[in-house]
Amino acid sequence: MEDEAFTDINGKSISLDCQCHSSLCSEFIVSVPKVSIGKVMVYTCCVWLLAYAVFFFTENTAVLTSAIFITLAGMMFHIHFVKVDHESLLVIGSLGVQVSSSYASGRETTTFIEMGKIKDIVINEAIYMHQIIYYLCVLLKEPSDPDAVSSVVPLFQSSKPRLNCLVKVYKSCQEIISKC
Amino acid sequence: MVLKIFFPQCCNQADSGLLVGRWISSQDSAVVLAVIHYPFIPGHVKQYIQQMQAKSGVELSVLGSWSLPKDGQEGMESFLRDLSTIFPQERWLQINREVGKTGFTCQVLQRDQRVDNEFNLSWPDGRVVQRETKKKNEKVDEGAAEAGGDKEEQEEEEEKVIFVHYEQRKVMLSQLHPIENGVPDPKTAPPSELRQVQDIKKYDDGPLKSTHWQTEGREASIIVELLKQACVPLCMLIGWLLSVWTWICNIRIFSLYPLRFLSSKLSTCVQLSYRTEHMRLLSSPKPAAGHTQFMRKANIVVSLLVDVALGMLLIWWLYRDNHITMLANMLVPAADHVAKELDELLQWLMGAPAGLKMNRALDQVLGRFFLYHIHLWISYIHLMSPFIEGILWYGGLSACLGLTFALSLLSDMVALLTFHIYCFYVYGARLYCLKIYGLSSLWRLFRGKKWNVLRQRVDSCSYDLDQLRLVVVLFQGVLHLSVDFINSFPLFAMGLRITRPYRLAEGVKFRVLCEEPGTALHLLMEINPLKCSTVVQTYRTPTYSCYPRDSWAALVKKLFVGELIYPWRHKTTKTD
Repeated sequence: MEDEAFTDINGKSISLDCQCHSSLCSEFIVSVPKVSIGKVMVYTCCVWLLAYAVFFFTENTAVLTSAIFITLAGMMFHIHFVKVDHESLLVIGSLGVQVSSSYASGRETTTFIEMGKIKDIVINEAIYMHQIIYYLCVLLKEPSDPDAVSSVVPLFQSSKPRLNCLVKVYKSCQEIISKC
Repeated sequence: MVLKIFFPQCCNQADSGLLVGRWISSQDSAVVLAVIHYPFIPGHVKQYIQQMQAKSGVELSVLGSWSLPKDGQEGMESFLRDLSTIFPQERWLQINREVGKTGFTCQVLQRDQRVDNEFNLSWPDGRVVQRETKKKNEKVDEGAAEAGGDKEEQEEEEEKVIFVHYEQRKVMLSQLHPIENGVPDPKTAPPSELRQVQDIKKYDDGPLKSTHWQTEGREASIIVELLKQACVPLCMLIGWLLSVWTWICNIRIFSLYPLRFLSSKLSTCVQLSYRTEHMRLLSSPKPAAGHTQFMRKANIVVSLLVDVALGMLLIWWLYRDNHITMLANMLVPAADHVAKELDELLQWLMGAPAGLKMNRALDQVLGRFFLYHIHLWISYIHLMSPFIEGILWYGGLSACLGLTFALSLLSDMVALLTFHIYCFYVYGARLYCLKIYGLSSLWRLFRGKKWNVLRQRVDSCSYDLDQLRLVVVLFQGVLHLSVDFINSFPLFAMGLRITRPYRLAEGVKFRVLCEEPGTALHLLMEINPLKCSTVVQTYRTPTYSCYPRDSWAALVKKLFVGELIYPWRHKTTKTD
């Protein structure tokens, strides 16, 4: 279990946790910092002050009730659908690769790609505006043509770690994949 | 090569015996389906397996032996090992487990090469024993020709084993939804193929005792069984009623042109025909062939029941406390109020609205035209006013056929009552559309050149979309959409997704069970259920409306651009 100080492409600090379950199986978990209480309070205060200002002019209490509902609904939506807590990659030799993202509310979405469809796991470069971003991705092969790449599945899309973190994950993945 | 053994959770505590299942050599894996307990006669076992193979068409075989020695059963292991000589197998698995420990130990015996490839591990409770003994053989050397020393050969021929535990009941009952390229996940393909075996395993009486997912008993309820029994006479009754109804509908008199045109446009008639189609699908006495058919039938039944229940609720609310008289008394004054407002608006527009100078002649023509429309409409409403209560009373009864009927009746009535407003909308929208087209072509011409102030003149009163017209058209649209939505929403599939998520599977997911360095890997395989949005998309029944799926956005866009909205236009129903 290792834990070094890595950052994502925007400079925010993230953490990488490598767990080696056996020589055939390892799991990489990239965790993003949690929702900060300061930000939550700032947003809530802004919304409620605005609502109070509108109430001051219109004298309609429905404005205040709706502001409360909007804040609650917005927060619930944010933690359930938007805010990712950690993303994990589980590589099981000769079985497949499992990619899962876990949200702040505890919801987990998982996709399993079996080994027969995987051509390779590589680090790709992408040019986005003024930046060059590195990302780890899984190359899938077509059943009819084993040499062609049918699609690319990018990994760690919400946490976006930098190259040093990706290289570490890449090395461990290649060890396992090359064995079978 | 790594050997993957899929082991059902129900067999974790089973008594010692033989493992029966299937080898999948392309994936280098073995799927264990059941454990046949000691004592047994090998001849009976072979017969049993052959019977099941014949019935299901799936290749089954004895995979190996399972030993969980309980008190008074020593010597089982050697007995089970000797069995490997009776059953001809390429590879023989010997899985051992001891009471009180969580881990499994596995030995793989290669019969052909007659090498004991032992990879013994014990669970860490202090006794970590790792023994790797190997007997070299010429045949084995062939496979590892390049390897130099002993150590390399040992590592190459070491069979690594991964245990994947799965809950057999869930995997057997789940339905895999294929991915876009149509190639199903081979990990779930074995269980889906072997689902046919479940029907055979029901009958446990015979000389063999076994453990599999149905030994604990099948999940069933009395109500469901009773309903299944009552199904056949019910289907026959529905079929007979349907034949009578279709005979009535096909009477010649109804095929005359005006009636047929009306009946294809009025949403009540369309809803009737739609429901008839559904009942015809339900009343066929044959059971559903395949998963899609079953889901469609189930969705229809559930949505019908919910519809009727909501309709009954509406009737109960409507017919108490004189609600109908109240509604009828509200209607005529509301219509008068609407007519008055429209009159005032038109008078305002015919003058100089907001100080704008308008095309006087066109204003007068259109204004007078609309005023006459309104006058006709108001007289028509006053003529109908004594009958409105009666109409509402009998119309409300239609809700017993379902809430969708009541809504479609309401939609039709609103459409008929506000037809004049729709006419205004048509004239206005057409003129507006022409104006916008003209302006946009002029804008293209003048871009970058001098801006001519004269051309900025706004013409005709239909430039402003009247709020009232907007509301009526939108209301009609909303009613239509809600009927459409209720008709097409797959209630049964959603209910299944919420209560039994393993039935609708998108794929599988794995979880590592224990992690200890130097021991075999144990994984838990679970069903990854389908996403709710995919459920709705896959199981949505085709509807008769012309509105596309993102209907709300399209509706608003059409309003702004000036494209005409036809609230009664229907797409022809697709036939399978």
